[in-house]
Amino acid sequence: MIEIKDLHKSYKMGSNSLHVLKGINFKVEEGELVAIMGSSGSGKSTLLNILGMLDGADSGEYTLDNVPIKNLSETKAAQYRNKFLGFIFQSFNLINYKSALENVALPLYYQKVPRKERQEKAMKYLDRVGLKPWAAHLPSELSGGQKQRVAIARAMAAEPKVLLADEPTGALDSKTSYEVMDLIQKINDDGNTILVVTHEEDIAHMCKRIVHLKDGVIVEDKKIEQVRAEQYV
Amino acid sequence: MFDLERWQEIFDTIRKNKLRTFLTGLSVASGIFILVILLGFGQGMRNGIEQEFKQDASTSVWVWPGVTSKEYKGLNPGRRIQLVNENFDRSSAMFKNTIERGSSRIFVRGVSVNYGKEALIYGVQGVASDFQFIENASMLEGRFINYQDEVSAGKVAVIGNKIKTDVFNKVDSPIGEFVEISGIPFKIIGVYKEMEDREEERIYIPITTAQKAFNGGNRINNMSFTLPPVENFDEAVAQAINFKDDMREYLQQIHTVAPDDTGAMEVWSAMEEAKRYYGLTNNIKLFFWFVGICTIIAGVVGVSNIMMIVVKERTREIGIRKALGAKPWSIIAMILHESIFVTAISGFTGLIFSMALLELVGPNIEVDYVLNPSVNFKVAFSTVLVLILAGTLAGFVPAWRAAKVQVIESLRDE
Repeated sequence: MIEIKDLHKSYKMGSNSLHVLKGINFKVEEGELVAIMGSSGSGKSTLLNILGMLDGADSGEYTLDNVPIKNLSETKAAQYRNKFLGFIFQSFNLINYKSALENVALPLYYQKVPRKERQEKAMKYLDRVGLKPWAAHLPSELSGGQKQRVAIARAMAAEPKVLLADEPTGALDSKTSYEVMDLIQKINDDGNTILVVTHEEDIAHMCKRIVHLKDGVIVEDKKIEQVRAEQYV
Repeated sequence: MFDLERWQEIFDTIRKNKLRTFLTGLSVASGIFILVILLGFGQGMRNGIEQEFKQDASTSVWVWPGVTSKEYKGLNPGRRIQLVNENFDRSSAMFKNTIERGSSRIFVRGVSVNYGKEALIYGVQGVASDFQFIENASMLEGRFINYQDEVSAGKVAVIGNKIKTDVFNKVDSPIGEFVEISGIPFKIIGVYKEMEDREEERIYIPITTAQKAFNGGNRINNMSFTLPPVENFDEAVAQAINFKDDMREYLQQIHTVAPDDTGAMEVWSAMEEAKRYYGLTNNIKLFFWFVGICTIIAGVVGVSNIMMIVVKERTREIGIRKALGAKPWSIIAMILHESIFVTAISGFTGLIFSMALLELVGPNIEVDYVLNPSVNFKVAFSTVLVLILAGTLAGFVPAWRAAKVQVIESLRDE
């Protein structure tokens, strides 16, 4: 599903150049649930940006679902993002003046799905995350866990190939974190490919594979026994 | 533009951001409102000044003799120049191709004016029939002195409207009443109206009567003429100056006055004054355009600021939309579409309100030098378009920048 070969990325900081990613090689099969771990500054966010086509790599190859991702124009990148990727963020990033339903329907708007169909589909995904009764609520009226579930529903609504989660539990308490992870595990059980960036051990162990990043290189890549989040909920 | 989905999205955004929309709209509307009111008053001032200058016929030329100040051909300075009938007749004949109308005038001095038992203190002037047109006086009642009165030296008088209201307030009409000038009864045959009260405090009698009855001999105090109207203003001024110079030269020769002794034979042309006043109103017009353009610039800056703040405020939303697959152009188009819509609606609202106000209040304003403030609809309309265009341009830059910004960065923008 995802294949990365010898990926390099550096940022220019004035006259200095900061080499963030120093040759990443990495492969993700369909249906995997991968945790990307690392301390801050290890390059995990940069890697996620590149995977999410929000930033370009300096050199190396990136193939997503057999499509080479290289020298994309903004428009093309937007198209691919819409088609291939769903994002889940630490700070939820819901649009605060739109209801839960409208937030979930937004990626479908950019897929040019007609309004009615959009809303039906969005309602289906809201139902899947158990928030159908809250469809008309604004994000400000929802709890943190609920917001993240809306965000997950939104990421799912476009039916992407890969879900990218950037510290999805970073802003939540542990009980809510497990609820969210439970949801992510269930989505993964349905066959979706998910990448989770986290620095929390327990969250990482709820995935099926952990990739450790340190100073821009992968220092460890191991499959693990998945801890089901269900038991903590 | 005709993308229904986007319209729905925009109406959604507007509906859910009422305060932001309202504030943006308010500042645009008030900007337009102030500008239109300002332009309206600029026009009002122009109208007012034009009105003030409309007193005499615009092509009139006036000749006033004075006292010589230079020795010339053996004659001493300090000589008082006296015009006589012959001067008027000869010059009228000489310049009959350039003159439209002409009238000599004599001030009747040292006479008492009575109406019944009332003593009046108004000036009496002997004039010819054409004088009405030179003074631009309009007749309210009866008629002005006519040629017949001049020939027959009729004892008739024309009074100003102010005299009528001050003195003849007890009778229905002053026409047919008699005033006694030095004991000689004059029949009132007309009432005239002028722009200014001061010019309505005169009693006009035929110049021939004035000369015969009040010991005027063949003397006259001044002469006035109008020139035929010319389409082109500059030509009219040139014509007036030409005539003025010819007239002065002729009169100076007749009265043996040094050619450079202008004080002895003053010739004044309203056209020349008008040129100065046209310059003045042009300057006023320029000034108001300047103020107007400054206001537009202020409006543009205001709209731009609002657009920048709006875009800044929406940076995060833009990031989210981008992450969800919005193309850069769709983001720019969305922001601009919304801003054009809001600016247009509020701009025209401001336009309608200000024009309605000018329309309602304008004609009732009674202040000196301000008359019927109004604004050219085309000008106001294009101002609104300029503001919308400026708002669009001003919104475009931050929108474009926002669309280019890295998603992760904009999403971290807490």
